[in-house]
Amino acid sequence: MLKLVRRSFVTGVAAAAITLSLNAAPASAETVLRVVPHSGLKILDPIWTTAYISRNHGYMIYDTLFSLDGDGVVQPQMVDTVTRSDDGLTVTITLRDGLMWHDGQSVTAADTVASINRWAGKDAMGQKMMTFVDSLSATDDHTMVFALNSPTGLIELALAKPSSNVPFMMPARIAATPGSEQIDEYVGSGPFMFNDAEWEPGTKVVYDRFEGYVPRSEPTNGLAGAKIAKVDRVEWTPNRDIQAAINSLVAGEVDIIESTPPDLLPLLASSGEGYTQSPNLAGLQYTFRFNVLHPPFDNPKIRQALLYAFNQEDFLEATIGDPDYFQACKAMFICGLPFETNAHMEDLLESNFVKARELLDEAGYDGTPVVLMHSTNVPVLTNLAPVAKELMEAIGMTVDMQSMDWSTLVARRSKKDDPAEGGWNAFATAWDAGDLFNPLAMAFLNSSCDTALFGWPCDDQIEQLRDDFARAGSFEEQFAIVEAIQARFVEYPTHIHLGQFNTPSALRNNVTGYLSAGVPVFWNVEKN
Amino acid sequence: MGPYLLKRLLATIPVMLVVAVFIFLLLRLTPGDPAAMIGGDYATEAQIDEIRQTLGLNEPLLTQFVIWIGNILQGDLGESFFFKKQVSELIVARIEPTLSLSLVTIIFTVAIAVPIGVLAAYRHGSWIDRIVMGFSVLGFSVPVFVIGFGLIYVFSLQLSWFPVQGYNRIGNGVTPWIHNLILPALALSVIFVAFIARMTRTSVLEVLGEDYIRTARAKGQTETKVLMRHALRNAAVPIVTVIGFAFAILVGGVVVTESVFNIPGLGLLTVDAVLNRDFPTIQAVVLLFSLVYVMINLAIDLSYTLLDPRIRY
Repeated sequence: MLKLVRRSFVTGVAAAAITLSLNAAPASAETVLRVVPHSGLKILDPIWTTAYISRNHGYMIYDTLFSLDGDGVVQPQMVDTVTRSDDGLTVTITLRDGLMWHDGQSVTAADTVASINRWAGKDAMGQKMMTFVDSLSATDDHTMVFALNSPTGLIELALAKPSSNVPFMMPARIAATPGSEQIDEYVGSGPFMFNDAEWEPGTKVVYDRFEGYVPRSEPTNGLAGAKIAKVDRVEWTPNRDIQAAINSLVAGEVDIIESTPPDLLPLLASSGEGYTQSPNLAGLQYTFRFNVLHPPFDNPKIRQALLYAFNQEDFLEATIGDPDYFQACKAMFICGLPFETNAHMEDLLESNFVKARELLDEAGYDGTPVVLMHSTNVPVLTNLAPVAKELMEAIGMTVDMQSMDWSTLVARRSKKDDPAEGGWNAFATAWDAGDLFNPLAMAFLNSSCDTALFGWPCDDQIEQLRDDFARAGSFEEQFAIVEAIQARFVEYPTHIHLGQFNTPSALRNNVTGYLSAGVPVFWNVEKN
Repeated sequence: MGPYLLKRLLATIPVMLVVAVFIFLLLRLTPGDPAAMIGGDYATEAQIDEIRQTLGLNEPLLTQFVIWIGNILQGDLGESFFFKKQVSELIVARIEPTLSLSLVTIIFTVAIAVPIGVLAAYRHGSWIDRIVMGFSVLGFSVPVFVIGFGLIYVFSLQLSWFPVQGYNRIGNGVTPWIHNLILPALALSVIFVAFIARMTRTSVLEVLGEDYIRTARAKGQTETKVLMRHALRNAAVPIVTVIGFAFAILVGGVVVTESVFNIPGLGLLTVDAVLNRDFPTIQAVVLLFSLVYVMINLAIDLSYTLLDPRIRY
């Protein structure tokens, strides 16, 4: 009897499995691009939060007035023409014909004015831009006028800002929502529409192609040019277990994994089912942040000592490991982007311990412990703090490395308290290259004391140079200011850049056209 | 039984209240600030404070607690800090995958563990017994994620019988629903099969030495009847207790399996909520889990009267 039961069981399971796998075959003919994003989408308002996943969602459904092309040059996107008055004090921008919201209404200048105002109320670069603007108004359905108090090249540069917060355009009724509140209607004018009915917060987001989108005539180039949706539907389903995500890609259940740790890429390569490509050739930059309010880092010379004590390779090898996916880069404003320069940086970041100790002696370092926050649950950041600790101890500093989860670190970094009473001295993090592409976008460079980002650097010279950059009328002028900023940065370090890295996307072999646009975007992508 | 049931139901109120106070205070005392998480890297102190104000986190702790409990009593679990959705909506959306996984796992567990446990007891000391006991040790020892990845490798990547990951709602049809659940439920059931098979073996073995079993055999009853009607039924109380606890543990403890198979259930919702300090969601889910534990305990206690006529409340 046992034999009979066993045989029936085995036969039954096999038959059920075969039947189930046959029944599970999809019957739909529409093209669905299945993407594993780097995290679940929780907040749908890309102006309310700076979370990268909300930014990426913004690129799916919203459009921008200007965009950066593959070389980091500003190009018009929703914009048709830009004209400047002779005195440079009036900038007139007209919108392209045929732009439509997903609800079928036409995009008007009143909508874009309201969107700019909401964004500029939240974003640091937007706030800076508005210091040059006396008034911003829509003079007709297609035209908006910036009346400036001083000539500036910042308008287009700020409106082309590629990373959080991106100045996405929304209908005026939605953009009227105060910046302190989340929007609750998700209507854009981008190439895909948000499918509200199928949204499962944190687990699944569905976007449908917007048939009414009118792409530009220029070829796709970075975030600029034609945005052509070549699939009917895009589904985002996050997977916190990247090994499982790769298995799914190999089995053909997903098409793209947005971010894949290099150590797992051999699995993909050996399967023969997929290939890799980076959505962002410039990648991300590791950064070590000082808190200048408390000893020892209230002394610029001690911060400068770390510029000599650190070397980028140690950090990059400890975190990324594979040199194909990282590069040491002394340029503050990202290697591979327009403001790349090594000016004044030549002798730094080479672990010159002798020079670093000299600087500590000159500064009178008295052994005050450095409270170094160490985040433990973001794998790509976990090994940064231990390396920093080793290098600081190598020059004779005392380090109190405190381990915590990222949420705790985020809460603690905003505290100005003494490090011994719940404050902090330093921590390490990473920024997307799109957040660092010029001195105004780079948040850690802001040295406006109390209104600066956590760490609160305070330096009139850096602030003057950032202001000069905003007023500069040409690229050459801006580049000279960037070099001057690097010179001042060496004297007054606000942070230390620890090198660039990339976690490439994994794609199935039948997926083509994925852009290296700076952020992961899914127009132009074809699934064969 | 009526007064007993009422007494037990009333006793859940202080239990739930203690849990509510505990989880509320625990979250507020844990480092981390949801406003800072929401604000992101660029948020200024003023912006973070504005968010805190909007979320009601600037109120005194007692005020926050009273508002929360007041809302709970009116059936309002609050709004998630992050999703801009009612927590009750989130739980409703996530409870189906978790309950489905738990239910299928328990079905697999009972279907496998009880027969092999009975068989091991019946063939006490034989090679069958040793295999079952060996499997039990193995089942306890191997982590669920290892079993999960092993099953995925064989049945998904090599044989392509089952999907690697994901969940299909039962509304889309029973076939795709069960198709997605078989591997995770098998992975998850291994440890419970190991535990319950062992428990069944011990209980049945104990009963098999009783006089009434010898009497049943002396009456000429078949071995199947002896085992199923006399031995298993009398050994059922501890087995049902363990199965009940297993179900309660499953509902609240399927995080790893949900991660490995990417099933969007309550486990993943809880992890996300904890990592982001989404207080309303954590509080509601913990209260729900507590309620499930209490109710399953009650159900187990009540089931004793059905299984053993000597037990009366």
